[in-house]
Amino acid sequence: MADAAPDSNTLVEIYRKMTLIKFNDDRITAATRAGRLTAPYYSARGQEAIPAAICVVLNERDYITTIYRGVHDMLAKGVPSKLLWAEIAGRATGTCKGKGGTMHITHPATGCMVTTGIVGAGMPIACGMALASQLRGDGRVSVANFGDGASNIGAFHESLNLASVWKLPVVFVCQNNQYAEHTVYAKGTSIGRVSDRAAAYNMPGIHVDGNDPVAVFGAAKQAIERARGGGGPTLIEAKTFRFNGHVLGDAGSYIPGAEYAKAVANDPYPRFRGWLEGQGHAAASQLDSIDAAITKEIDEAVAFAMSSPQPDIAELKRDVYAYELA
Amino acid sequence: MNIKTPSKTDAINSVLALNWALHDAMEADPNVIAFGEEVADPEGGGIIGVTAGLSSKFGERVRSTPISEMGFVGAAVGAAIVGMRPVVEVMLMNFTAVCMDQITNHAAKLRFMSGGQTHVPLVVRMMTGAGFGTGGQHSDFLEAWFCHTPGLKVVAPSNPADAYGLLLSSIFDDDPVIFIEHMPGYWTTGAAPVRGQRIPLGKANVIRSGKDVTLIGYSRSVGDIVSVAGNLAKDGVDAEVIDLRTVHPMDIDTVLSSVAKTGRAVVVHEAVRSFGVGAEISALIHEALWSKLKAPVQRVASKDCPVPFSKVLETAFVYSHDEIELAVRKTLR
Repeated sequence: MADAAPDSNTLVEIYRKMTLIKFNDDRITAATRAGRLTAPYYSARGQEAIPAAICVVLNERDYITTIYRGVHDMLAKGVPSKLLWAEIAGRATGTCKGKGGTMHITHPATGCMVTTGIVGAGMPIACGMALASQLRGDGRVSVANFGDGASNIGAFHESLNLASVWKLPVVFVCQNNQYAEHTVYAKGTSIGRVSDRAAAYNMPGIHVDGNDPVAVFGAAKQAIERARGGGGPTLIEAKTFRFNGHVLGDAGSYIPGAEYAKAVANDPYPRFRGWLEGQGHAAASQLDSIDAAITKEIDEAVAFAMSSPQPDIAELKRDVYAYELA
Repeated sequence: MNIKTPSKTDAINSVLALNWALHDAMEADPNVIAFGEEVADPEGGGIIGVTAGLSSKFGERVRSTPISEMGFVGAAVGAAIVGMRPVVEVMLMNFTAVCMDQITNHAAKLRFMSGGQTHVPLVVRMMTGAGFGTGGQHSDFLEAWFCHTPGLKVVAPSNPADAYGLLLSSIFDDDPVIFIEHMPGYWTTGAAPVRGQRIPLGKANVIRSGKDVTLIGYSRSVGDIVSVAGNLAKDGVDAEVIDLRTVHPMDIDTVLSSVAKTGRAVVVHEAVRSFGVGAEISALIHEALWSKLKAPVQRVASKDCPVPFSKVLETAFVYSHDEIELAVRKTLR
């Protein structure tokens, strides 16, 4: 996949997105633990490389769907930090006016069409967005993000079949973090690799190390170009690990200690930064200034969210239908 | 059971009326697309033929799907949020059970949960109704499920002209619509619609005015209450008949102004009685008109059991005209 290797600018952009995701996650986690945010939070700490590498291949008009563990996908695609923070703080200024929350972040301006709280449900929806693109010939690609647990629900199988039969411009991205809630992968999944399921639906299945941004980039480029060129869907399985359990507060007692320690030692974030510097793609000072800019952006986002007004109670009557309820 | 007596020259059935509505909507707007099991012409143009001819004319905009309701209803939701107006056929109302997540968790809620950034202009068409021996999983009226989910609209026409005008309105409505077609009533003829003329959603139709009692129905039951009203007239009972057309959001103003006048109401539906639409209408009438009521509101509905197969049982499961008359007479005591 040497021809698909990202150049230094692209690699630095991937780093920027990974930093944006990691720093936001650290702050959301801290704010939740401190009681400043009061909602269930499904951290994707450890999964940063996947959306960061995919979203440098997508353009802003492309669509994505994601799941409750999806803040990383939304940030990578371009949802502004301040709107995201205001939403998870439940404020009127949030992406969804405080009516959706972490599990339903939506921002069509950046192509972030659906965040669902229902495992697997984003895949049929991504097929439909792709169908619209196919009929209109608008050249857009839709990416459906989901976890390994979702590869066992009917919506996964129906979506892959439909996408294949109709040759839809859609990419299915399974972020395999090895646990479906508290159940280890092998205990709930009949096959060693999710990507092997692609064969049953007559589409390419690509298995990559989801902690290696260069590998994810290569897979994404191949799949997205295939979709955009009318070649139909691809299933990508990006193997990774989530460090903060299913939901914040989950102590992770079901994860063997040695396995967890090994996963943390393989944290993609510091590994990638070290690699960038080591390979001469970026100087430490350049990356430090990216870090500083993101820290500032998040400081501003937190301040914006926490100083924003609560939603008006009248919002209960709005957006139920096209008209306001009496 | 026809509401209006059609002349021999302009009578059409609901299969054709619905076909016309789909055709006219697709011709008017390239964003209107239709898919579902065997809806394209090579597969027969729909199990009943409602979509016949459409794929031949509109090509890829009309597609037969795999037997995969969760997949294709979800795809319709996805197409809708990016600006298409999909009309999907799930064949039978009972099959909504296998795509309920996409209907109630997504189609119904995306507008609200996104703070109005996305919306789902989707029509989910389905047929249902007892009478053909289709038994427990092919005959249920399940409209109460959908009426109980904020964000959905539920439309249930009673005759061909209404089927046309209401489907056209549903397709161009910006909210998701559950569109219920009465299966045994498909081939009943009625007056032809005026092409292009929409019937507004959320507005009931007073199809017979009277002063003694208000009969309220939708879909199949409208024909029944019209017939019973005719019988009652022979006995000097002057019934007002309301076809809700849209079950939710309900035109409660029309219902209440009628009952305020008559002081009596009977609600009739083919869905089972308990926790049904009739209970909601009854509650709304009692809450608003307690002091004006001359008798408690009566409900006439199917028995509280799954739809049975045996003709004898199936007939007994659904209400009879005698049961409607009896309910009316209870209010007149």
